[in-house]
Amino acid sequence: MRLIRLWPENSHFDFMRLRRFSFPLSAAISIATAIVLVTIGLNFGIDFKGGTLMEIQAKSGQANVAQIRQTAEGFGFGDVEVQEFGTGGEVSLRFPIQAGGESAQAAVVQKARDTFSNEYEFRRVETVGPRVSGELVQSGTIGVVLSVIAVLFYLWFRFERELAVASIIGTLHDIVLTIGFFVITRHEFNMTSIAAILTIVGYSLNETVVVFDRTRELMRRYKTMPAEELLNLSINHTMSRTIMTAATTALSLLALVLFGGQAIQGFAQVMLYGVVICTYSAICISSPMLIYIGLRGSESVKVPEGRAAAAE
Amino acid sequence: MLRFSRSKIIATMAIIVIGLLLAVPSMMNREQRQAYLNAIPSWVPSWLVPSRAIVLGLDLQGGSHVLLEVDAQDLLRGQITLLRDDVRRILRDTRVSSQNGIQTVQRGVQIRVPDAAERDRLMPRLRELSQPIGNAMLGQSGGNSVQINTTPDGVITLTYTDAGINERVRRAVDQSIEVVRRRIDATGTTEPSIQRQGADRVLVQVPGLQDPQQLKALLGETGNLEFRLLAQPGATDVDMLPMEDAGGQRVPVERRVIAEGGDLTDAQPAFDSQTRQPIVNFRFNIRGAQRFGQATTENLGRQLAIVLDNRVISAPTIQSPITGGSGQISGSFTVEQVNNLAVLLRSGALPAKLTIVEERTVGPGLGRDSIEAGKLATYVAGIFVVIFMFATYGVFGLIANIALLVHVGLIFGLMSVLEATLTLPGIAGIVLTIGTAVDSNVLIYERIREEVRSGRSIVSGIQAGFDRAFATIIDSNSTMAIAALILFFLGSGPVRGFAVVFILGILTTVLTAVTLTRMMIALWYQWMRPKVLPF
Repeated sequence: MRLIRLWPENSHFDFMRLRRFSFPLSAAISIATAIVLVTIGLNFGIDFKGGTLMEIQAKSGQANVAQIRQTAEGFGFGDVEVQEFGTGGEVSLRFPIQAGGESAQAAVVQKARDTFSNEYEFRRVETVGPRVSGELVQSGTIGVVLSVIAVLFYLWFRFERELAVASIIGTLHDIVLTIGFFVITRHEFNMTSIAAILTIVGYSLNETVVVFDRTRELMRRYKTMPAEELLNLSINHTMSRTIMTAATTALSLLALVLFGGQAIQGFAQVMLYGVVICTYSAICISSPMLIYIGLRGSESVKVPEGRAAAAE
Repeated sequence: MLRFSRSKIIATMAIIVIGLLLAVPSMMNREQRQAYLNAIPSWVPSWLVPSRAIVLGLDLQGGSHVLLEVDAQDLLRGQITLLRDDVRRILRDTRVSSQNGIQTVQRGVQIRVPDAAERDRLMPRLRELSQPIGNAMLGQSGGNSVQINTTPDGVITLTYTDAGINERVRRAVDQSIEVVRRRIDATGTTEPSIQRQGADRVLVQVPGLQDPQQLKALLGETGNLEFRLLAQPGATDVDMLPMEDAGGQRVPVERRVIAEGGDLTDAQPAFDSQTRQPIVNFRFNIRGAQRFGQATTENLGRQLAIVLDNRVISAPTIQSPITGGSGQISGSFTVEQVNNLAVLLRSGALPAKLTIVEERTVGPGLGRDSIEAGKLATYVAGIFVVIFMFATYGVFGLIANIALLVHVGLIFGLMSVLEATLTLPGIAGIVLTIGTAVDSNVLIYERIREEVRSGRSIVSGIQAGFDRAFATIIDSNSTMAIAALILFFLGSGPVRGFAVVFILGILTTVLTAVTLTRMMIALWYQWMRPKVLPF
């Protein structure tokens, strides 16, 4: 039986050359992300914005969106977003946070239930008060920041400082691009999105760690090899693994996107995008970054030639 | 070189078999599980039989999640009232009178006693009100509950300290949990989970509950019941309270409380035998019965105000003395209102108002759809991976696939025994750990290929492949574990469910993708004695 090979053996592809394209490209995308983030902003879900989200499904299988919108706007609870999704007459309603503190939110749910429950089944109701949403924003931000710091410490401890810094730069790059994805696609940004971002942080580091592990090993074997060549060798050595892993993970996530149901689709789409970005950044951002940061800073005392190589 | 010690093989297999057995109950539905438990002979000790099935999160089985917060402002108001009563009692006991009476200030009360001698008599008694904070068993945690300040011209201010308020909030949460539990139990809801969250919150999770309106109505009331008299015209010392019978119009009610909710021993919904109206029958304890009997005897013909949470819910006329210690509350109630009222009275009053700060309800239909979709996605993802691995690595891929199945089984087993909750993001977590587990095997196999290509024999190539890839696997899994741990500590609900699966998945990866795979490959090698790598 012929077994599949996704990447040729003994490849000598010059990955470091890609940086001439990848660095400007990533810089441009990052700047564009910063701009759209400031101008358009994230589509915050009720976890972070507060308010009420309801998903209803027509008992008849056919929803009358226009009528729902008109009725809901007549409630006087402010701008309401009404959206149809799925194929079975499912409609989501989003009400903004109501003035009057935590307890004022309950009236929205009550009113909607009274009005729609004859013809529609209430599939999901979520109400988040102003204080809780503020706390969720805080804990979400702290979570992402803390995890990046914690991982930085781990890498610093396990790897040379240069490698740790380069992988963190790669990870930050991936976080930025993921946020850009959220802004552009208008995916709702909520607690689950934070989970997705933290998972992408994990995956991104996994990718760089695998390459850098090899880099470190080769550094010890070829003490005089120039950084560029060494990094190319590391990536070529690990490439068939990288392709294999990215492909299996992407296939699994594709299954979630296609069959995971509406609730999990959003998460899976972000993760799928994340896998592509993480693989790209490990090869085209973090690794070439080492050419600039210098590869052998901490070993330069022992291996003077290495410094010369890194400095070229 | 690929030899395993017998003890290591036995230990690994034992862990795997136990882990998989723990997952067995989760694979069955309720009836199958019951049948299986019945089929176990009775001489087998019960702790040997895995019986726990995995707990499904509210997002998968449907249900309501309501986060309540103790209203600290409301609590403080109540505390200040108590403090005012205490100060009044002390003034009376010491026969000191305060200029302008007792003033309420922001966090306490203020009196003015210009006479120094009177102040000297008063101060030691007032200081009794300031209790040290902390657990009597564990010692003080520093500070007093009430701070007392005096000015030279005789203004005495008693205010609650921050520590005093926090302590009260903490105790109020404990009390609230008890009261909430009694109220929810009374509705006959199955398996509610009620827990403290943070300093001032109570999280109530009720699986299967689709419309939380009744629950919210029940938790939204403090449940503070008082029997007072409707004031006669011209009376002083009255509160103006809204009366429900009169459409919310305010009526004067005497401040003196005849009896209160705490004096009740029982309350039951019933129907009045004459009017067929829903009513609540209640019974007093001895103290309540005495006071109620005396008050009704003395005030025949007057209206009794039944006050719930500062609303007059009913004001019947006292027609005869009620000395037996039992009575009824009637009014224009619906059956549901009467049921709720009886529950409120039986379960006692909350120490302060609870505010709903977050509510999440998932209908059972959506939960069912989610779990079906999640299952399908997991199967499809699994099949993708299994075919892909086999097509790439042949026999080794098959071995990795077996390890992968064990890996998923172990996650389920561990989750069942830890009583961790499987949520929708948790299903995504399972799919992702499949990814990380595959990654570990891929790392090993690619390394083996490389080592053999560079001239090693198969045995030493396999050996070196495992050894060299191990460091990488540890590094990559550790970084992921750090991210997952932070997610676990900071996340809540479904997100935390994702983190749990992810952490367990990383733990079992090392066992299955490294140890189990290695063992199977060693067996395969001894059996086949191949001359070249099969991939």
